[in-house]
Amino acid sequence: MKSKSGDRTAGDLLLDMRDIRIEGFSDDVWHPIIKGVDLKLHRGEVMGLIGESGAGKSTLGKAAMGYAQPGCRITDGTIMFDGMDLRAKNDAELRELHGSRIAYVAQSAAASFNPAHRLIDQCVEATVGHGLRPDDEAKADARELFAALQLPDPDNIGDRYPHQVSGGQLQRAMTAMAMSSRPDLIIFDEPTTALDVTTQVEVLAAMRDIVEQFHTAAIYITHDLAVVAQMADVIKVLRYGETVEDAPARKMLAKPEEAYTRSLWAVRSLEKPQETSEDIILRVNGVDASYGSTIKVLEDVTIDIPRGSTVAVVGESGSGKSTTARVITGLLPPMKGDVLFNDEPLPLALKDRTKDQLRRIQMIYQMADTAMNPKHTVRDIIGRPLEFYLGLSGKKLDERISELLKMIELDDSFMERLPSELSGGQKQRICIARALAADPELIICDEVTSALDQIVQEGILKLLLRLQKEFNITYLFITHDIATVKAISDQIVVMFQGRVVEQGMKNDILSPPHPDYTQLLLSSVPEMDPDWLTQLLESRTEAGGMAASGN
Amino acid sequence: MSTDDQTYSAAGEVASVAERRTWWDRTWRDLKKAPLTAWFGMIVISFYFVLAVFAPLIAPYGESQIFDTPYAPWSSEFWFGTDQLGRDVLSRLIYGARNTIGIAVATTALSFLIGGSLGVMAAINRSWLDQALSRFVDVLMAIPSLIFSLMLLSIFGSNVVNLIIIIAVLDATRVFRLARAVSLNVVVMDYVEASRLRGESLGWVMRRDILPNILPPMVAEFGLRFCFVFLTIASLSFLGVGIQPPTADWGSMVRENAQLISFAEYDMKAAMTPLLPAGAIALLTVAVNFVVDWFLHKTSGIRDEK
Repeated sequence: MKSKSGDRTAGDLLLDMRDIRIEGFSDDVWHPIIKGVDLKLHRGEVMGLIGESGAGKSTLGKAAMGYAQPGCRITDGTIMFDGMDLRAKNDAELRELHGSRIAYVAQSAAASFNPAHRLIDQCVEATVGHGLRPDDEAKADARELFAALQLPDPDNIGDRYPHQVSGGQLQRAMTAMAMSSRPDLIIFDEPTTALDVTTQVEVLAAMRDIVEQFHTAAIYITHDLAVVAQMADVIKVLRYGETVEDAPARKMLAKPEEAYTRSLWAVRSLEKPQETSEDIILRVNGVDASYGSTIKVLEDVTIDIPRGSTVAVVGESGSGKSTTARVITGLLPPMKGDVLFNDEPLPLALKDRTKDQLRRIQMIYQMADTAMNPKHTVRDIIGRPLEFYLGLSGKKLDERISELLKMIELDDSFMERLPSELSGGQKQRICIARALAADPELIICDEVTSALDQIVQEGILKLLLRLQKEFNITYLFITHDIATVKAISDQIVVMFQGRVVEQGMKNDILSPPHPDYTQLLLSSVPEMDPDWLTQLLESRTEAGGMAASGN
Repeated sequence: MSTDDQTYSAAGEVASVAERRTWWDRTWRDLKKAPLTAWFGMIVISFYFVLAVFAPLIAPYGESQIFDTPYAPWSSEFWFGTDQLGRDVLSRLIYGARNTIGIAVATTALSFLIGGSLGVMAAINRSWLDQALSRFVDVLMAIPSLIFSLMLLSIFGSNVVNLIIIIAVLDATRVFRLARAVSLNVVVMDYVEASRLRGESLGWVMRRDILPNILPPMVAEFGLRFCFVFLTIASLSFLGVGIQPPTADWGSMVRENAQLISFAEYDMKAAMTPLLPAGAIALLTVAVNFVVDWFLHKTSGIRDEK
């Protein structure tokens, strides 16, 4: 293999970043984002870079390429890549390195591919463009990479356009693109965050193998600890733009030293004892639904929700979880079947329901950003249901808003803020308060924690549990994250392709034997054990290669 | 919560809280950064505004006060001379600002009221109402608007109220399209769904959820539409179906004094007279466009690369 980098000798220092300081521009002022971080990476080593959002992970990852995104500037520090000072290089010299010796895999492959060109042309573009290899040789190599990444039909899949392959396949194609020039360093920026768990496993395995095979050094940026446990040799924890802890992966996982790191690790330990009641608050009864066409999105879905408990609906994207929620709320009247609330049938369409029926079922959304009007203050947002349903006004209204803020562990100082002035967790809390304001019996939570960092997730889940105890609220919890399910649910409903595969108590569903699909879903959830992926792949190979490109 | 409080509290999460500034403060900060063209535009507009409001105080003579000498040359008594009936051109220019701009503002406001509310409604409804309104608008837009308004004005009679209503309705079609297009981006947001789930009325959703979020492009469009309305009125007046004499209006002033332009070889100043109202129209149009440009740039969120 011809490569610009010459021999790959393991253990040499490849990347040495010292005292890096980066600033970002907002509100007319430069704010520090990275405040003096050191980073050392050896050849063939994979470093996991973890931290909450806003910790500066991505900014640091991009700085490793000598690049600062628009609105950011590197103000201090040295970046030595294989003996070269990247900060001293001009744009043209950096371009020479990017795509040949340093490659970048972005979070959303779907947004990063050009929809107008075939996959393989995009995969070899940088390699051919840098003159590393002639076109046909690079394409032959790309096909081999597709095979190594376990893409189906590796000889022809490159001729497809980006919209003709699935999200997981696209993410693997992007890894092939990064690998095409045999770079010394790849930066993976949250490459599996947007994928379903079942797909994530395949992509992770493929990426890990190929990095090992070609002895490439990598920086793996993520907020998911379990993922990092599978991928990384060393782990670096960042917070507020500073290094918290730096250690080999196994040591870090077994015995984290800093309190902050331990708190990250502890998140997954949240668990709720299961409870149930005989009193069914909501029954979805044999519902078929579709979006205007003949293809049924839901088929004969029946779900019982007992009062005061949490029913989790799990399944991958497209399994009909959110559609079920739309049927319950009346946004999508079903073709067949009905919805019983407190043993009385609810009118199927939203406009036929009374104000009081609407009040009793509230909804919390996945993206708190889009669930709140950016032009309304917290007071407007929480106050509106109070005004609308309960007719509060003036001083009473203010007092109640203040009470609700206290319930979600915020204070009156948030009253006049706009959503853009809140952090992700705070936004979600305001959405919870808005739902609570209506004094509901059932709250539908649609992936409410999946956009949040783990520590924040835990805070939100604890809050939801506490509110449930205090007010005997019932939750219908839609999620694809099994860790969340373990933490919060009493009952689980497993959905697959618009049908209910299983419904039962949490402990029954989570313990074997499982139907095939439940088994696949449960086993795909990453665990904190660094050997988990290896063992999982071994057991699946024995079981008949279920993991092989099952998209 | 127990031990976790040391490392995590909801209120302690980092969020960037924008400094609370008064409205004046923010406006002043924006103005300081405004380019020269925008400043020029704003100064011109405020000049016209003052002229329009205080016309009776500023104008040396009355709007339709007739003097002995028609077509009087420029002099210290009549700065820009008199017109074909012996009325002072300067005074009529000043009163013209009041009439032309006043009618243009009223017309634009009416067209935004009609087009904006129907556009937002169509975006929320998305069913037969949307189809019906959109197709009707397509039909209206297919007819050249100047000819259409000429026809309607001759049917219904040419007075100020008819003029405002007809131009407003014809112009509302374009406002409808814009309002519908920008609202479509807003109605798909979860917060609109949340409001519908809450049981909010159509009016509330339009006013509180959608309007504040589509305001910047609509305000910019208001400026542009104002220019076009203003030009349409001037054209109609020039053609004789717009604002009727003796009311002073820039469009009809151009027409009434147009023949003076052929005296250029004898008296340069007299030939300039019909160009004065035309220049007034042009200057205001340019000024409004400068301001709208700046406003659009500011709200589009494009950063100035430094």
